Amino acid sequence: MNELAELVPYLGKHKPRAARAVVILIALVAPLIAILFGRTWVRVLDFALLYMMLALGLNLVVGFAGLLDLGYIAFYAVGAYTWAFLASPHFAEAFPAFAAGIGAADGIHLPFWLVLPVGAALAALAGIILGFPVLRLRGDYLAIVTLGFGEIVRIFMNNLNYPINITNGPQGINLLDSMNLFGWDLARSIKLAGFKIDSLFFYYYFFLLCVVGSILFIQRLQISRVGRAWAAMRDDELAAKAIGINIRNMKLLAFSLGATFGGVAGGLFGAFQGFVSPESFSLMESIAVLVMVVFGGMGNIAGAVVGALILTALPEILRHIALPLQQALFGQVVLDPEVLRMLLYSLAMILMMLLRPKGLIPAHARYSRPEFVAAGEARA
Amino acid sequence: MIRLLEARAISKFFGGLTALSEVSLTINKGEVYGLIGPNGAGKTTLFNVLTGAYVPDEGEFVFDGTELPTGKPHVVVEQGIARTFQNIRLFRDMTALENVMAGHHIRTRATIWGILTQNRRTREEERLTTERAFELLRYVGIEQFARTVSKNLSYGDQRRLEIARALATEPRLLALDEPAAGMNATETGRLRELIERIRADGTTVLLIEHDVKLVMGLCDRIAVLDFGKKIAEDVPAAVQRDPAVVEAYLGGGHHAQ
Repeated sequence: MNELAELVPYLGKHKPRAARAVVILIALVAPLIAILFGRTWVRVLDFALLYMMLALGLNLVVGFAGLLDLGYIAFYAVGAYTWAFLASPHFAEAFPAFAAGIGAADGIHLPFWLVLPVGAALAALAGIILGFPVLRLRGDYLAIVTLGFGEIVRIFMNNLNYPINITNGPQGINLLDSMNLFGWDLARSIKLAGFKIDSLFFYYYFFLLCVVGSILFIQRLQISRVGRAWAAMRDDELAAKAIGINIRNMKLLAFSLGATFGGVAGGLFGAFQGFVSPESFSLMESIAVLVMVVFGGMGNIAGAVVGALILTALPEILRHIALPLQQALFGQVVLDPEVLRMLLYSLAMILMMLLRPKGLIPAHARYSRPEFVAAGEARA
Repeated sequence: MIRLLEARAISKFFGGLTALSEVSLTINKGEVYGLIGPNGAGKTTLFNVLTGAYVPDEGEFVFDGTELPTGKPHVVVEQGIARTFQNIRLFRDMTALENVMAGHHIRTRATIWGILTQNRRTREEERLTTERAFELLRYVGIEQFARTVSKNLSYGDQRRLEIARALATEPRLLALDEPAAGMNATETGRLRELIERIRADGTTVLLIEHDVKLVMGLCDRIAVLDFGKKIAEDVPAAVQRDPAVVEAYLGGGHHAQ
């Protein structure tokens, strides 16, 4: 609990009590929101947590290592499709004879603890595959190539239903297994002493656990030799080379580790949604995640989290306000919420660039362990 | 005299321009070796070729008995050659301490697994890296700025920090590219003391410098480059009297060509 409280930005250091309150609030926010606004909003929260994982992973690549990646959603797709391949009836439907032959007549249904790591590993591999050709590129050029990579993955998913039906094309894959934690199916609501506990809560806590785990991991990375090497590479690649940092390895590591988070989030997404299709992995999604990172504050864990939360919740809030508001004002819906969402994203970005170019929470990232620094100062 | 670094007939061309033409030199262990020459003589190019930033078109470097790989800066650093830059290149968003800690990267081994689990070995390595960085900041005299973000340091302190960062790679040869550029007399004096201390502590120094007083007072031997060629290599007093050097600096027939 104390370690968690320390993670809360600002408060963690200066006001441990307030930080602990924030932690408790985060733990209780799902039921609170359900009581106050209804369960739809818990679903929004669940998605916000998934986007947090994505933003955290992308922040590793863009914020820490300084590699602009516009195709990040491809790794999310890899994770989601891995879940779809390994935990759904799809293969039994696509290749009935073969499936029956290997004793999987009702499809492949592997447990989550196997599928998630496989998805993460495949995403990491995809990260390395993307990393190699772009090692020498930076800035705009890197953005263009990664953008192409993201689109290629999506187009593959869209078209690999012919001649052999691997991805089921644009229809996507249906009936994905839900998250089953050693016999406990998260998708099933539980009745307990007359209370019905909605499955959305289980997902909320499971995702929350994943996000907290990601944050802890990323924070440890940041204050390690790897975090420093990334920051060095980002700040000045030539100087980083001159102190012996192997730029190639560090870039590939950033791409593959960042992709790993995308892959895990993708797997969770597949299990949560029960359905994957290529349209979930469009360029707009890549941009949305990047906007979250930039909006929140690049190179900054808290920024990625806050950015993801705000930019996932905002469109939903908008939908609930804008539609009735437009109907009341004009008697009809003038602007579709989806259009409004993009409009607001752009507006948010422009305002951000003008008013807070370093994001909502500007990075004050440290790359050393505070207790060792304090010890060193004490000795001096 | 034990040879530490030997450059054997290094040539480097940029298109039609000959930046370095068969430059050979020998740096002995424990000396401060100066590299001087007019602007554009190829001093920095030689640095870049030596440290692997550029690949030489001809020739090779032998460092402590083994041939250095070309175009692999991180291997060169691992072998024990560190450099600073003429125009300071620090990691601007990191503190002074973290800059030096980053310099220790090549001597640390923590794996992703170790970092994830924060096992004892990783923590111990991290503690030592921090401690060592403090020592180096103290060594160059800026330990009071350990927590200052490097872009906020004064110019002279940035130069010192860059030297501390280079020392963090635990080099046997420290290559300094115009460390006194832009410094006032007091700062230069302190820099001279620092370089002398580095030499006394057993690190060989290769020094590019324009400040003639500093070079003449500090260096054991000096090589002079002009138009990519080595025109002299000797002790300072002899180099100062060398007619070719005087001509290169003060102008003469071949400048008018």
